[in-house]
Amino acid sequence: MWKFLLPFAAFVALVVLFAFGLNPSRDIHALPSPLIGKPAPEFALTDVLDPSRVVSNATLKGQVYVLNVWGTWCVACRQEHEALLAIAQQHVVPIIGLDYMDEREKAKQWLTQLGNPYNAVAFDTDGRTAIDWGVYGAPETYLVDGKGRVIFKFITPMTAEVWQHEFLPRIAAARREGA
Amino acid sequence: MSVQAHLRLSAFALLLACGAFAHSQSAGSLDANGQLENPALQARFERITKELRCLVCQNESIADSNVELASDLRRQVREMLIAGRSDDAIFKFMTDRYGEFVRFGPPLSAKTLLIWGAPFIALLLGVFIIYRVARNRSRQPLDE
Repeated sequence: MWKFLLPFAAFVALVVLFAFGLNPSRDIHALPSPLIGKPAPEFALTDVLDPSRVVSNATLKGQVYVLNVWGTWCVACRQEHEALLAIAQQHVVPIIGLDYMDEREKAKQWLTQLGNPYNAVAFDTDGRTAIDWGVYGAPETYLVDGKGRVIFKFITPMTAEVWQHEFLPRIAAARREGA
Repeated sequence: MSVQAHLRLSAFALLLACGAFAHSQSAGSLDANGQLENPALQARFERITKELRCLVCQNESIADSNVELASDLRRQVREMLIAGRSDDAIFKFMTDRYGEFVRFGPPLSAKTLLIWGAPFIALLLGVFIIYRVARNRSRQPLDE
């Protein structure tokens, strides 16, 4: 009996292992963020459009907001821009931009030419804020709840579907839970 | 666009950006070659940066990688060393932000027990199988 059961069990175990391991929709580059459930790292950076102004997430305490990491060098950010503009039109939550490893003039040009979906854009010249948030590419989009905790991280370009299915339900849940 | 493409493009752009920023690292107590003047600190710097994964390229350490994120993280390690932080504090700083994956040798914990234990489990399993086979063989009648 054992002689037949053991290879069969091994076979089933391998099928399960491969079903998880080789699943093409599983993204081997997507890393779980250790920030989930933790307080959002604070930042106070200059506004990309106006260096005399400060953009800080400290002023957003008590509000659910989105932080979107982008840069003019990032092709995928250009790709998600239309979706961000459409999302901004819905006025569901404030969208804060984090302009990462960029040049101010280029960023300004990008926002004037393509439209500005952001309530404010922080200019991260030396990448320190990005390190605090565990950014390792762009675009990356974070969702912060009313208690100031990071509750979701999404990498790769934002789309209407992702917003609909991944963000809106979490925003609603965060609001139900109360600030 | 796939994530791989996202990362590859990001990595490419980072490489391009790298040239422009290569000389912008903080001076601190660095010598002309960009090494820490204190040889003990430099040795620790080299060991720590070899142990940290570059998350853009994933199979390179931040010591070997040319992308800008890696150079930003090297700057971070250098500054923390100059500020007198311990190795553990530096690793904690990195894993708090990037997760355990940032370390090439993950520390022994409940989550990584299987990784560290797998060789020993395989060894025990092998010993058990050999034992069973040998016992069965020795029990068979010689004339079979």
